[in-house]
Order: sequence, then structure tokens, then C-alpha cells
Amino acid sequence: MATETKTDLPIIGDYQYGFHDPTDQYVFRSRKGLDAEIVAEISEMKGEPGWMRDFRLNSLETFFARPMPEWGGDLSTIDFQDIYYYVRASDKQEKDWDDVPEDIRKTYDRLGIPEAEKKYLAGVKAQYESEVVYGSLEEDLAKQGVIFTDTDTALKEHPEIFREYFGTIIPPGDNKFAALNSAVWSGGSFIYVPPGINIDFPLQAYFRINSENMGQFERTLIVVDEGANVHYVEGCTAPTYSSESLHSAVVEIVVKRKGRCRYTTIQNWSNNVYNLVTKRAMAYGDALMEWVDGNLGSQITMKYPAIYLMEPGARGETLSIAFANRGQHQDAGAKMVHCAPKTSSRIISKSISKGGGRSSYRGLVKVAADAENCKSNVVCDALILDSDSRSDTYPYIEIDNDDVAIEHEASVSKIAEEQLFYLMSRGMSEAEASSMIVTGFIEPLVKELPMEYAVEMNRLIELQMEGSVG
Amino acid sequence: MSSILKVKDLHVSVEETPILRGVDLEIKQGEIHALMGPNGSGKSTLAYALAGHPKYEITKGSIHIDDVDILELDPSGRARQGLFLAFQYPVTIPGVKVADFLRHAVSNIRNPERKEGEGLIPMREYRKELRSRMEELGMDPEFARRYLNEGFSGGEKKRMEILQLAMLQPRFALLDETDSGLDSDAVRVVSEGLNRLAGSEMGVLIITHHERLLEFNKPHFTHVMLGGRIVETGDAALAHELHANGYASVRERHPQAAQEQQQADQSKVENQEVPSGA
Repeated sequence: MATETKTDLPIIGDYQYGFHDPTDQYVFRSRKGLDAEIVAEISEMKGEPGWMRDFRLNSLETFFARPMPEWGGDLSTIDFQDIYYYVRASDKQEKDWDDVPEDIRKTYDRLGIPEAEKKYLAGVKAQYESEVVYGSLEEDLAKQGVIFTDTDTALKEHPEIFREYFGTIIPPGDNKFAALNSAVWSGGSFIYVPPGINIDFPLQAYFRINSENMGQFERTLIVVDEGANVHYVEGCTAPTYSSESLHSAVVEIVVKRKGRCRYTTIQNWSNNVYNLVTKRAMAYGDALMEWVDGNLGSQITMKYPAIYLMEPGARGETLSIAFANRGQHQDAGAKMVHCAPKTSSRIISKSISKGGGRSSYRGLVKVAADAENCKSNVVCDALILDSDSRSDTYPYIEIDNDDVAIEHEASVSKIAEEQLFYLMSRGMSEAEASSMIVTGFIEPLVKELPMEYAVEMNRLIELQMEGSVG
Repeated sequence: MSSILKVKDLHVSVEETPILRGVDLEIKQGEIHALMGPNGSGKSTLAYALAGHPKYEITKGSIHIDDVDILELDPSGRARQGLFLAFQYPVTIPGVKVADFLRHAVSNIRNPERKEGEGLIPMREYRKELRSRMEELGMDPEFARRYLNEGFSGGEKKRMEILQLAMLQPRFALLDETDSGLDSDAVRVVSEGLNRLAGSEMGVLIITHHERLLEFNKPHFTHVMLGGRIVETGDAALAHELHANGYASVRERHPQAAQEQQQADQSKVENQEVPSGA
């Protein structure tokens, strides 16, 4: 109950979503640890076809065979056998918030999801632990053939389109954590937008981890057909525990000719979550794919949303904001792969390090040998708020073609004493002045967001800035 | 009752180098004071020390506004007491819109008890006021939407300082070379603006090398600084004389201060010090 869980709040003063619900009423929880038996059990619980069970088991072997990455964040403390891989809190997905179990509903109330849904969303999915517990989609969108469901349901109800794309953008062998997700995936969003359909308001998914030592492995697949347009938004939070949880998602996106997809993430996990996510989109002729990636929470994030520009005229854009506070390492960035001529990409990254936090920009721009007349523009700016904090930039550029225009700019700045003094001499408190400088630093990105998310992003940054002085 | 800014025997060091060596100054609301003196005599140091820049260490002396000990307050607290410094080199704050910045500033100055996150002055009222102040200073309303001082010309920056002065209506305004680097049109706009603002409610300290700002804003008092002290005080005629004849006669009349000034200049050259703020 909300009133009992308040006692968890003071653990980290800055983080307001650190509460958790009781777990004793849960429908099912796999035993701790990871092996073929658990993977087979997950598949069976879900009543999956044989091919998916085999896909999972093969992926598990790949996962075990692959070494841990030795770059990026320090992952040595993850104990894969000390994690619950499948936890089911309720027995089915609801279409009405009133039918969602009370504790869970209250959690989403506190996160403001039902309210946002009423005001400005075209559809919502709420994933709690391993399964989606609530789902909605505006009726007229459903009538036009838009599919917005959880990925498990999609496997059952839309098997053709599911099999056509699932695991093709990011195969299990792509990296160790993609293999892990492929073995134990559960939940996530499945979206199909038919040709020419323009969805005016965002579809939103909200991911919540509640248990301790929990692993959440949602799997999202978005197919935007020719000339269609969708904006998908995901948010994530978790309780504050002393032991770590693992979030390792895979997101696959296809944007067909002249389609548009914008994928916005506001990642606000508590500081005990490892966030190791693989996201990749393929954009075809004259299509536009945009990642807006805000990383504020988690202990370690390693995430580099990728766009493969497959046909002429395809455009890719990634806007990345990372805020690393005390005890956090944000290793974030973007990948742009120009596979075809006349494709263009833009990466704008803004990172902020504070209170001993570390943020790294890691990015790749790759242009294939026959991809002529490509353009790419990369701008990464880092702001370091104090001398304990750290910022690194790892830009990789692989060009197999002379006929390209590539620009790369990077800057690192510290909050200047002169800026603070100037603002304070106009009556700003030190905290207000720092906060204003930081808000200004990310403003060029935040103004790209729809108003509601811009407000949310600024609010989260302000929360991160609170208590920064003294 | 008219307020008074009182500086007593002020000694200030920057990185352990003494710059001010005992400054005494009293400014009442409604008075205009000119502060003149050769480069490196300590004029800007006095302004920064009054505003509370952390690099300027007060080693001795006191600053009060009426009974309030200003040295106890950080720059924000001093601003909330009604002290304002128009910067010689205003800094750029990228991504912060002029209108948002000023709304926070105005809210804090008019409600000195305001804490971070508490209510701001009502938007409608604020906008109206901002628009009319900008109009008076001949500023394009578009300015309110620009990022603070980003891409501003020298003249635009100075005008922005005067706009802030107009909005914040301080009891005491310190203008640090507000007329430097401006063409004559810009000086006129700034001078007229100041002239309109500086009434009986504002005490003004104009730091300047030039005379033009003083033509529009005739000082009641002119102070001359040399070697970190105010060595002479007179009326508007003194400003005129200094402008016409330079500081040679002042150096003659105050040989000790002149010598200290020379030593300070010399050690600056030896330390290869680059003027700060540029």
C-alpha cells in the first residue's frame, strides 16, 4: 500500500519513485537464476509455439558463449544467477484501470500515467515486472488497422507480421545482452501502423520494476508502413533497493518508404538498476527515424540507439541527453550506418556530470563503400558541474567512401564561476543559478520534445539538481 | 527614509595580491557618483567586491546598506538587498531565454524571501512591464526570446544590462564601464536610459574613463582612485578636468599612491597577468 511504502523514500533523497509495492500476492515467480529449464518454463508459461521456445534456448547458448563486454561501464558485479528472470504480478492484462490490482494501479496513479492518458495520449501500455498489466488504444486507430499490443499477444494474434520482423533487425548473436533478452524476453510493445496512417498523439509505454533482484527484459517491435507516422514514448522507473536489478531490452524498428517514427525515452530507473539496452531501426527510402533518448536514472546505462539508413533519401536523427549523478555511469550515444547513397544523419548529444557521476558519449558513424553523397553531422557537448565528476567522448567514424560530408564537433565545459556569479548577482540562489545553466544547456534538445515531455524532462533535471549545493 | 551604502576602510585582495588599500565611500539614494582613475587603480575591483564576487577577498573593512552588513551576504543576498552591478563584460548563458532569466531575477529581487521553486511574478503583468521597458530602451521585443547575451553585439549586451537595471530597480547601481566599447549612438541610448532610471530612489556609481556618460548623468560627486584608494573627491568639474588633462596632476598631488600604483602595475607585467573578464 502506498502509505506503507513511503518509508522507502528517504533512501535516496533525490529520487521520488523509489517506493515499492508488496510482492506476496504475485501470480508467479520463476526461481532465481538462469538455465535452460527456466527459459523453457517461461516459454511454457506463455504457451508459445515451438519455434519461439527453440529460439529462446538457442539464444541462451549464445548468451553463455559470449564474453562480457570489456568496454563501457563496469559490469563485473552483475551476478546472473542472483536474478529473477520472470515475475508475473497479475494474471491478465486489463483494459480498464479499475480492473488492475489495487497496489499496481496506485503505483501508476503515483506515476501520473492514467492522467496523462486522459490528456494527451493515443494509447498506453503499462508493463509491471515481466508482463503488461494494462493496455489501451484509441478506438478509431484500431479501426484503421493500427496494432498496439504487448509483444506476447502479438506473437499469438499477429504471427505473420511478427515472424517476418522479429529478431531480424537485432539477431540474438548481435551482442551478449541481445542474446540474453532473446532468451528470456517478456512483454514490451508491438506496434504496426498501416500505410499512410498518421497517429497524431503519442503512444506511450510505461515500464516499472517492483521486485528486488528483478530482471526486466521487454522486447519491442515497431513496424511503420509506407507513408505512416508514429511517435512512441517510453518511461521507466524502479524502487530503490540495496541490491541491483537488471533491465535489458531489445527494441527493433522498421520504417518503410516515406514513413516516420519518433521514439522517445525518458529513462529514470533508480540507481540500483543496470540498464543495458539494444535499440536499432532500419529506415528505407525517404523515411525518417528519430531517437530522442533521455537517460537520467540507473546505475550503469549502456545504450547506443542505431539507425541503418537502407535506401536513398533515408534520414536518421538521434538526440541524446544523459545526466550522470552520484554513483552513476551513463555510457550513451548513437550509431548511424549509411548503407545507401544520399542518406543523411544527425547526432546531437548533451551530457551532464555531477556529484562524482560519469557520462560518456560513444558514437559511430559508418558509411558504406557504395553510399555516395551522404551527410552526417555530429555534435556532442558535455557539461561538468564539479571537479569530482567526469566526462568522456568516444567518437568512431568509419568511412569507406570519399564522397561524403561528415561534420563532428565536440565541446566540454565546466559551469563557469563567472556564469554563476552573473546569475547570482541578479538575485538567483546558487542552486537556482546552477539549475538555470543546466536547463539552458539542454534547452536545444528539450525544445524538440512535445510540451508535456519537455516539462517532464525539465522537472527531472531540476530534481537531479536539487541539493546540489552545500 | 533614504538609504545609504557605506564602504569603510575596505581592503581587497585577489589571489593574495592586495588591490584595494582602504577605500571609504558613502552613496545615498538619489546621488550620482563618478569613479575615475587610471587602469589598474582598483575601480572594477571595488565594483566586484561590492557585488560579492568570490575571487575578491575582503581582508579588512566593512560594507553596509543602512544597518545591513553586506559582507555577510552572498551575491544573491546582496542583489536582494537592492545592489546591482552592470557588468563591463556580461557573460553568455546559452539556452536561457532573456525573458525567463529576467522573470526569475525580478521575482527574487521583489520578493527577497523567495526560495528556489516558489512562485514567480504573474506572467501577464511581467510581460507587459518587460515590453514597455524594452520599448523605452529602443529594444526589439524579439530580444526577450533570445538566449542571454548569446550572439549579442557589444552594444546589445550593454543595453541588456540597462534593461535589467530598469526591471530590477535597485537602490544602488554600480555601472562598470558601461560606456566602453560603444559607438556614440549606443552611448546615447544607454545614457538616456540611465538618466530616466536614476531618480531619487537610486544611488548610482558610474565607473568610467570617458565623459560622455557623465554628460547625461551629471555626477554630484567625482572620486579619483589611485593605488587602490580614493585620493580625491570633487564635483562634476573634477571629472571634466580629469577628462581634459589626464591623471598626471593627480599623481603629483598624491606621490605615495602614485608609487604604489606604479609598483602594482610593474608586478602585473612581471606576472604576465592578463586582465580578467576580457
